[in-house]
Amino acid sequence: MRSDLFFIICLLIGGAVFAAAVALNNDYYFFAGYVVLQYVVLSTAWNILGGYCGYVNFGTAAFFALGAYTTVAIYKLYPLPIPLLLVAGGAVSVIVGFGMGYLTLRLRGAFFAIATLALAVVLQTLIVNWDFVGGSRGAYIVRPEAIAPFGNYVRYLFMVMLVLAAAAVTIARLIERSRLGYGFATIRDDELAAEASGVPTLRLKLIATTISGGLMGMAGAPFPYYIGYLQPSSTFGFDYAVNSIAMPLIGGTTSWVGPVIGAILLASLQQIATVTISSAVNLLIVGILLVVFVIVAPNGIIGLVHTYLQRKPDDFVGRRPVKTDAPGAPP
Amino acid sequence: MTNLLEVDNLGKRFGGFIALENISLSVPAGQRVGLIGPNGSGKSTLVNCICGTLRNEQGTVRFDGRVLDGSTAHQRTRRGVARSFQLPRPFVSLNLLDNIRIPLIYTVAARAGAHRHAREIEGRCTDLLNEVGLHHKARHLPRELTQVEMRKLELARAMAAEPKLLIADEAMAGLTHSEIEDILVLLVRLNEQGVTIILIEHIMRAVMSFSQRLVVLVSGRKIADGQPDEVMRDPEVERAYLGQ
Repeated sequence: MRSDLFFIICLLIGGAVFAAAVALNNDYYFFAGYVVLQYVVLSTAWNILGGYCGYVNFGTAAFFALGAYTTVAIYKLYPLPIPLLLVAGGAVSVIVGFGMGYLTLRLRGAFFAIATLALAVVLQTLIVNWDFVGGSRGAYIVRPEAIAPFGNYVRYLFMVMLVLAAAAVTIARLIERSRLGYGFATIRDDELAAEASGVPTLRLKLIATTISGGLMGMAGAPFPYYIGYLQPSSTFGFDYAVNSIAMPLIGGTTSWVGPVIGAILLASLQQIATVTISSAVNLLIVGILLVVFVIVAPNGIIGLVHTYLQRKPDDFVGRRPVKTDAPGAPP
Repeated sequence: MTNLLEVDNLGKRFGGFIALENISLSVPAGQRVGLIGPNGSGKSTLVNCICGTLRNEQGTVRFDGRVLDGSTAHQRTRRGVARSFQLPRPFVSLNLLDNIRIPLIYTVAARAGAHRHAREIEGRCTDLLNEVGLHHKARHLPRELTQVEMRKLELARAMAAEPKLLIADEAMAGLTHSEIEDILVLLVRLNEQGVTIILIEHIMRAVMSFSQRLVVLVSGRKIADGQPDEVMRDPEVERAYLGQ
């Protein structure tokens, strides 16, 4: 399927979800749905670097907060419409993503992960000490009550996140099926062999951190308007890092479907738990699910489904299903 | 005949350990060179320095008239230096076809400066797998291959980059006689198509039947270079190999 068509289908599905939520006439669904969509973007973005290239990024919160605080800074100067804030937040995190990549991509494995965690700590320290955006006190954003033609402002934010999620998933899918996707897969498998085959590994890794960071920043840009009161400790919360890693792992990291399934499943569960039990159980849910999946389905839900369909999950790794009637293929 | 590869006074050290010392080596285009030496003599290090996996501190590597020093491994691959690894390093999550596809889309297409049609690339991948006798496993994953198939895949992937120089690093270790024969036939056929080949090997029968010229490394130094028969009669080579 062509990517523009895919994007339109994503939007149509999103539109149907939006219409259903409107029909239920309860703004809570928009509140909860926003968070779910935000995690679709975050986990899809994480997966571009973590799943496709195999570089584990613990700094999701840093990029998310960069987007959010760009919005706060701009709001203090001159409030811009949300779509422009998305662009601004995205631009800032693209720059930081590129810079971080340039400084850290010579590290591998756990060392890279620690470096990204350090980035989050450094940024949080900077924000806490930057009075203009509220420092440790936090910053208030006065959200307009309503906006035409959506009515309630939260509906508008939901709509924005819906389009962003559709765009993120389309980008991930496009990468997966392109020359870039093959290059990313070789980096995940063996960087030395990739270089020997002519793959410019450093350049590709920089592209991955830049796209991934940019999308995370865009996901954070509308957040101050959603939450109303932004404070460093929650914006840099460990939940973002843990969730955006757990969701792709639970869904399956090798294809764009995995993070989407993982995010919808996990974020919905967390939203339900928040209103029925307590928001404190959110990370517990993630922990239990991770343990279960590591034991039962190490390749995530996608892997589980493919096993169920009597095919080997590895035949699908990041690619279209493989024809099993090829000569020499097992029956 | 012009020299395709010119290694001049190359030196490489790891901390205090001198891995290579003043290595000079010229390889004319189209030659089949055997590179031998005891374990730890620096053969693989030399390959890594030529291919850009390691940086040499001293000396220069010139390839096809250009100095390679400072360029990365993938740039050298695009210039026409290809290698196979001593221990096969396939892309484990990609099937065989896609393993071969990587050098085609990243090296050959980049060199030509144009993207090839997807079907054309697919056809070329199948041809290459055919050539090494792996076409029936095109959709399989590398981990389903036997040892000899793995080495064939390694060679096929190096060949896919359409190199001018192919360095085969112990492509035959651990294989049976007939399997070694298979690989030798492949390499000779490739050489007949005009590819210069440096073969690093411990299996002397294979090296002697393949090489037009033999280079011997011992403890990071080149101790002999010439006609295979003469080199094998060299007392210093005998000493290094058989002891005294």
